[in-house]
Amino acid sequence: MAAIAVSGLSKTYPVAVKEPGWKGTISHFFQRRYRLVQAVKEVSFRVEPGEIVGFLGPNGAGKTTTLKMLTGLIHPSAGEVNVVGYEPFQRQPEFLQAITLVMGQKQQLLWDLPALDSLKINAAVYGLTDKEARSRIGELSEMLAVEKQLTQPVRKLSLGERMKAELLAALLHRPKVLFLDEPTLGLDINAQMAVREFLRDYNERYRATVILTSHYMADITALAERVLLIYQGGLIYDGNLDGLLVRFAPYREIKLELARDGRERDLSERELSERVLSSYGEVRSLDGCSVRLLVQREQLTQVVARLLADFDVVDLTVTDPPVEEAIGRVFQTGAVA
Amino acid sequence: MRQLWRKISAFLSVYYAYMVEYRAELLFWVLSGAFPFILMGIWIEAARTTDVGLTPVEFARYFLAAFLARQFSVVWVIWDFEREVVEGRLSPRLLQPIDPVWHHAAGHVSERLARVPFILAIAAFVFLIYPEAAWLPSVGNVLGFAIAAIAAFALRFLVQYTFAMFAFWTERASAIDQFWFLFYTFLSGLIAPLEVFPPLVRAIALWTPFPYLIHIPASLLVGLPVNVGQAVLVMGGWGLVFGLANRWLWRQGLKQYSGMGA
Repeated sequence: MAAIAVSGLSKTYPVAVKEPGWKGTISHFFQRRYRLVQAVKEVSFRVEPGEIVGFLGPNGAGKTTTLKMLTGLIHPSAGEVNVVGYEPFQRQPEFLQAITLVMGQKQQLLWDLPALDSLKINAAVYGLTDKEARSRIGELSEMLAVEKQLTQPVRKLSLGERMKAELLAALLHRPKVLFLDEPTLGLDINAQMAVREFLRDYNERYRATVILTSHYMADITALAERVLLIYQGGLIYDGNLDGLLVRFAPYREIKLELARDGRERDLSERELSERVLSSYGEVRSLDGCSVRLLVQREQLTQVVARLLADFDVVDLTVTDPPVEEAIGRVFQTGAVA
Repeated sequence: MRQLWRKISAFLSVYYAYMVEYRAELLFWVLSGAFPFILMGIWIEAARTTDVGLTPVEFARYFLAAFLARQFSVVWVIWDFEREVVEGRLSPRLLQPIDPVWHHAAGHVSERLARVPFILAIAAFVFLIYPEAAWLPSVGNVLGFAIAAIAAFALRFLVQYTFAMFAFWTERASAIDQFWFLFYTFLSGLIAPLEVFPPLVRAIALWTPFPYLIHIPASLLVGLPVNVGQAVLVMGGWGLVFGLANRWLWRQGLKQYSGMGA
């Protein structure tokens, strides 16, 4: 049985519309006008137990709304959701015992008390014995390397330490399904890596199912083999990351190192970029003699041959463009439409 | 049962620690409830010049008891809940297999415990500046007051938590409680004991929940006559009405909840 099964899931909600200024305020006071926003449109997918799935999309695409429906926080307008055998919105205790939602920008720990106090409440809520709670806190705090921080008031912790403590609180009851909404938001690179490693360990150790949204592509590439791409409320891709790039970012990146005494030495960078190199592909950057070009996959061989014939090339490498850039281009250019 | 006790114990111990973190703030909250002492002065002065139903000493004791009853029934759940709904902070609590009201109830009960030393200090101070009012209530009176004060707190909490449910629709549900507070101020016995009210007003007031929040507990402590049977009936009836309304509004409200900002 799938850990998560979603079929035709939609969410529409009304948003008040108000014109600016006095006139708008007065007419809004007497007559409220609303427009309906379809935040999620007929989304369907399945996630198997133990899978880690990256949930990608630009701001406002419907990722968080979908997560809220999957966790039972909000009621779907249409469609069916089943998470570990339960309909989330019924909020049955067995369902709540089996899931967790971590929101990078929200906290559940009591701000003025040490995290251990909040963990004491969580342990009681989830019916853990003192022994179980101690053992799990010990295990998770070791995995997250926050043993010493748990006795300090939460407000005194750094952002990274606080996020780790939040993760610990969210996972104390050993949930089978983890919904992670931007779990590394605002963390420095070391903390991001630590959180990723912890999530990977947790997934391996407990075969937990994970749905992860993040604006840091490194989170997705490090953890998820499969990605769901949501755009303007609709699911437009469900598959592995490589397939996503082939489908939505059908170009490759050529890095060129030109000889310093080549024929282009008399040209300014702008002239070189606009007059010469742009005829080979899209110039992404030009720094002295180093050039990054984006070229359509089907034209790659031909462009490389032309570049080698036309320039004095010291070095040339062909790679996939960075994933962040590729996904960013997909959303910016509306290539998915 | 053991699980339940573990939950109660964990919630109370943690929230007590939380409230003690704000002990300086707590003193100001206790002092902000000194309104009965202002009215005590006014009514003592009135009783010295005319017959208003109670003697100056009885007024002093009544308003001290009213101060105590008010201290034990202070509730702010509507402001906390409203903020949780508006800012989406209700979401993490909805994800736990326990009703979010546990957090609010534990916060209120713990705060009460943290408040006790300040309340006793102020009561002692009143006896010090007005020694004629000092008295030792009987054990029965103290017990009656304790039960009535707990019931008053429970009813006040339930009423305000029920109004708080409107935050799912209006997002400014506290306005409803402000309107309720108008009636509470006049009919609860906070500004005057019900003994000085016209008989008809008093009879009507005793069928509303308001006198049971201040006047009845205070009267039990100072030994003024109280119809206990009516008190149980009225408080039980209003408790049932608000309890049912609360659960219905909760279920309907959750369908409205959008988890804003979270």
